[in-house]
Amino acid sequence: MNEQYKVSSNPHIRSRVTTNGIMLAVIIALMPATGFGIYNFGPRVISVLLVTIASTVLTEYLYGLYRKKTTVTDLSAVVTGLLLALNLPVTIPLWMAALGGVFAILVVKMLFGGLGQNFMNPALAARCFLLISFPKAMSGFECDAYTGATPLTALKEGGTVNVMDMVIGRTAGTIGETSVIALVIGACLLILFGVIDLRIPGSYIVTFILFVGIFGKRGFDPAYLSAQLAGGGLMLGAFFMATDYVTRPITVKGQYIYGIFLGLMTGIFRMYGPGAEGVSYAIILGNLLVPLIEKVTKPTAFGYERGGKHHEK
Amino acid sequence: MAKLTFVGGIHPYDGKELSKDMPIMDILPKGELVYPLSQHIGAPAKAIVQKGDRVLAGQKIAESGAFVSAPVYASVSGVVKSIEPRRVVTGDMVMSIVVENDGLYEDVGFFPAAPLDKLSREEIIEIIREAGIVGMGGAGFPTHVKLSPKEPEEIDYVIANCAECEPYLTSDYRRMLEEPEKLIGGLKILLSLFENAQGILAVEDNKPDCIALLRKLTKDETNISVKALKTKYPQGGERHLIYATTGRKINSTMLPADVGCIVNNVDTIVAVYRALTEGRPLMERIVTVTGDAIENPRNFRVKIGMSYQEILEEAGGFRTKPEKIICGGPMMGFAMFDLNVPTTKTSTALLAFTKDEVSALEPGPCINCGRCVEVCPGRVIPSRLADYAERFDEDPFLANHGMECCECGCCSYVCPARRHLTQEIKSMRKMQLAKRKK
Repeated sequence: MNEQYKVSSNPHIRSRVTTNGIMLAVIIALMPATGFGIYNFGPRVISVLLVTIASTVLTEYLYGLYRKKTTVTDLSAVVTGLLLALNLPVTIPLWMAALGGVFAILVVKMLFGGLGQNFMNPALAARCFLLISFPKAMSGFECDAYTGATPLTALKEGGTVNVMDMVIGRTAGTIGETSVIALVIGACLLILFGVIDLRIPGSYIVTFILFVGIFGKRGFDPAYLSAQLAGGGLMLGAFFMATDYVTRPITVKGQYIYGIFLGLMTGIFRMYGPGAEGVSYAIILGNLLVPLIEKVTKPTAFGYERGGKHHEK
Repeated sequence: MAKLTFVGGIHPYDGKELSKDMPIMDILPKGELVYPLSQHIGAPAKAIVQKGDRVLAGQKIAESGAFVSAPVYASVSGVVKSIEPRRVVTGDMVMSIVVENDGLYEDVGFFPAAPLDKLSREEIIEIIREAGIVGMGGAGFPTHVKLSPKEPEEIDYVIANCAECEPYLTSDYRRMLEEPEKLIGGLKILLSLFENAQGILAVEDNKPDCIALLRKLTKDETNISVKALKTKYPQGGERHLIYATTGRKINSTMLPADVGCIVNNVDTIVAVYRALTEGRPLMERIVTVTGDAIENPRNFRVKIGMSYQEILEEAGGFRTKPEKIICGGPMMGFAMFDLNVPTTKTSTALLAFTKDEVSALEPGPCINCGRCVEVCPGRVIPSRLADYAERFDEDPFLANHGMECCECGCCSYVCPARRHLTQEIKSMRKMQLAKRKK
């Protein structure tokens, strides 16, 4: 036998998109919001960021050592750490931020099998965990820059808000949620990079607008609706967390249903719930329904459609 | 008008510029020629020569073994050296007739059976069967079987598959440019078999010169149309081609004839033309030799049975040391570990790549990104099917239409986690098909 060449099953070419590339794209797309957070809330944001990212990466690294499997290089822990920081108030005690990072990676992700196996978005689950455990620290938005409540809370209590400030992001809130402009720039980047599409964010936002318009007791008042859209974690949630691959349905139809469900739940939580916020719980609840949604939206294989243009005999 | 196409598919780098402007070159084999008895789907052919016999080019050396089978012809003159198992591109050992080429290229003499209009439908199909013609796009399904549906009057379309959607391949492209009259003539012969059928020449729109040429040549034909298809892999897959051109859908359990269609590839139709107008059996085909490791990428007309090693030498050998050699296209072809295997009726191309993109990849965990779902032309969920296949979980694999996979490779191509999705699904399908046969 002559020289032998490498063999493998078809196909013999691959696209350039990799898991690492996708994670890096998400990190880049979060930079505008992160940058605005630092500008808006001051240098303490940097320490919060460093603590959450260090805790998520370190947790994944140590778990990898224990299981003798390196997974930390896929950058997903960095994404989780970054997202978690953007979901925290700037005043959060650093040890709480670190605890959130450990919870996100260890409990929500690694114990369920690591990347791709978690059924809840790790950053959001950690945020909810912190919200329940330390409600005061998590909803204290009084800081050097802002002394008032968040715009949504003000709105809920019947006050008025400056929508322009909300769009730019000059309001109280968590580190990364305030600036609609920064988040939308990031979302455009993600769409441009081919990481996400508008199915989930689109159906989520449209459903939410309809719900608030119908059940919000203010009708389709543009100022009120814009404030509801711009306020809270809606933009951050719709574009960066509801679109999380691992915890959203894989079927196309399922993604629309998921988006509509999130819009409804966010609306219900905001209109009828005790707090002004609702995005985190809506998404976590949506995550839990994913297996069910996928089951009922199983795609029909090519050539099995009913009512398709078949040859008539 | 929306472009004719299907849902799913990918746009890989097509690499066709390497060889698309190289006219078809005739090359002659030097050493022995190897004719595997199984170059087609169906029963292997039965050898009808013996060791030591002298054979002529165009002489039948193996007889069709069943209805779904095809005879094999010698492509050179020479002496039968042996009849023994030889390695073929897939790596299997297949019983083959080995002929030592005497370099004289004496043939048996070729004469058309009769003028076309004097032949009945049955006679035409018999000539095609006797000429050993099989689907030359890669599948190797005997053409006479395809042409014998239960109700020939129910066939509405005879589709010439001129898509050539596999990256790098240019043999059909050259054939359309250089011998379009043979393609159109062949299509007319096929149309004569089906009284109610329209002919469609389905070409991807990355070949505008072919589309213009074929349109010019068929402008007076009332029952032949040229359709430009969106350039997208796997546009030339049979099911997707039928859908793009006619809007009809078939699944894996159906035949094209079930929706009134017959699909044949360019080279096959030309082979039909030559069998009927010249009386020549199938003994040649066009093979593209290309890839970044090939010195002079070319399109060759080769004698079937010639070894890949010799074809490679005709293309100037390797420019750089290749890591991977593929028989066929990069999406669905076979990786070869050795070049000393024969070309067959279904050999479309020889590709040599300096770098192997695949074997160095370490598959990671699925991140559920859904890219495989977006591109899958079979509209199934490849990532889940591959999970079932990995753990031999038959019931959910079948329930989720695992058998509808056409093995086109789109899912593996796009997977960011570099999972071997196609491979997993393919192995499971093979097991299930083998089970069905029992």
